[in-house]
Amino acid sequence: MVNTNVTLCGISMDNPVIPASGTFGFGYEFAEYYDINCLGTFSFKGTTLEPRFGNPTPRIAECTAGMINAVGLQNPGVDAVIAKELPKLRECFHKPVMANVSGFSLEEYAATCQRLDACPEIGWFEVNISCPNVHGGGMSFGTSPEAAASVTRAVKAVTTKPVIIKLSPNVTDIVSIAKACEEAGADGISLINTLLGMRIDLKTKKPVIANKMGGFSGPAIKPVAIRMVYQVAQAVKIPVVGMGGVSSAEDVIEFMLAGATAVQVGAANLVDPFICRDIVADLPRVMEQYGIKSLSEIIGQAGR
Amino acid sequence: MSMTQGIYTVAENIHLTDAIMRMRLLGDTSSLTAPGQFINIKLEGKFLRRPISVCDYDGESITIIYKIVGEGTRQMADMKPGETLDVLSGLGNGFDVKKSGDRPVLVGGGVGVPPLYHLCKRLIAEGKTVSVVLGFNTAAEIFYQKEFEALGATVYVATADGSAGTKGFVTDVLRTLDYDYFYTCGPMPMFLAMEKIMTTSGQYSFEERMGCGFGACMGCSCKTKYGNKRICRDGPVLEREEIIW
Repeated sequence: MVNTNVTLCGISMDNPVIPASGTFGFGYEFAEYYDINCLGTFSFKGTTLEPRFGNPTPRIAECTAGMINAVGLQNPGVDAVIAKELPKLRECFHKPVMANVSGFSLEEYAATCQRLDACPEIGWFEVNISCPNVHGGGMSFGTSPEAAASVTRAVKAVTTKPVIIKLSPNVTDIVSIAKACEEAGADGISLINTLLGMRIDLKTKKPVIANKMGGFSGPAIKPVAIRMVYQVAQAVKIPVVGMGGVSSAEDVIEFMLAGATAVQVGAANLVDPFICRDIVADLPRVMEQYGIKSLSEIIGQAGR
Repeated sequence: MSMTQGIYTVAENIHLTDAIMRMRLLGDTSSLTAPGQFINIKLEGKFLRRPISVCDYDGESITIIYKIVGEGTRQMADMKPGETLDVLSGLGNGFDVKKSGDRPVLVGGGVGVPPLYHLCKRLIAEGKTVSVVLGFNTAAEIFYQKEFEALGATVYVATADGSAGTKGFVTDVLRTLDYDYFYTCGPMPMFLAMEKIMTTSGQYSFEERMGCGFGACMGCSCKTKYGNKRICRDGPVLEREEIIW
């Protein structure tokens, strides 16, 4: 009998499998297809203070072993999330959920997190710092250690729940940003967000995506993600949530060996809506195959 | 929405015209509940699935008609009977047949024609007097005219170059017809031309580049008079009254 239990920022999870934000909505639509309580948890759709429609379409482009998306944080806004989405989520999911939050100013991050902090459904915050700072010339908060630390402090000041900062890989030194977040009080780090990518249509000779560029995800980015998770996990003491191209139980274990305490599954959900259920079901078999008795024991083993 | 994932076996995969193919797939059809729904097909070596509208279905098979436009559909065209495909079925809301009047007109443009076939079958089964207007660029691209006629519909064809039927567009035929409701699927320029001349309520089936096809990724969102909708899950069929053009 193998043990898939892990503890993330003090909260026990039956297994480390987490559908990533933006690929799983608020859960209830997937609950029509299977019992989503088999998951470790899930990270809900990136929520902002105000409602957002997002970018014009087309928002999606296919790539070799992956895809580009430029959805643009479409969401109904935090008040509607609390009033309409969380009650529906609560009916079908009975574990602490991860609240993914985005913002375009420190005040917006803080206001959104403060309102969500009172919701009992929420176990963790996952703060997406890949958004442009409207007061900082449009530079992403995630591209400098100082800006990343300032978001961390702003959110920590108004919340009681663990705060996980989700890092952008589109930086020169991700380790310095992870350390800055840790020093600013972050309870965990998740990575990687999507890699900035672009595709051009040979027929129209124009970018495929209306927004021109978007976030590249899928199996193609996994080696980059494994490397960054490994580097960050070596450098910080707080737990790391790994993601990037995960589509199997073997991938989950590889991320954990690199240093991840829990592992998110993103783009693969969009191709196979049952994949997270299947990964959870497959984990014990793969653990036995590789002689792993307890998943929590292999976290960071590749770096020891 | 019910959605099922399954492995389907190719029973037929033939050319209807140079670029238009018809494929019949054997497998579970239980999640299809309305004409105008679609399936999402996984292809070897491709990351995202290919959404294709359902032309017809029965208890054991799904018929799709698709146009060879890129690598994915080229790969599908090369498939032989007996080969298998991983398919998500039962996607989208489909056409609402209950809203039809007694004399509906079905308007299809090019590769937008297929989902109207099962709709036509349903409407005729309910005793409606159905007119069908099919628009193509040229005579060589025409498909399914006889199949719609065989169902008992009155079929009109328009070709842009005048090589068959009425010279011009579907709207040139529609102006002369008497109808009390409409259903349509086709390219956006055809929709915009129709929107100017249609005299009744109706339903439009939209196409958009999709990520997942089942409502998770928000890749195919649009604004409507009743809020944001996802073409894949809240559509692809929208009612005329809610559409913001």
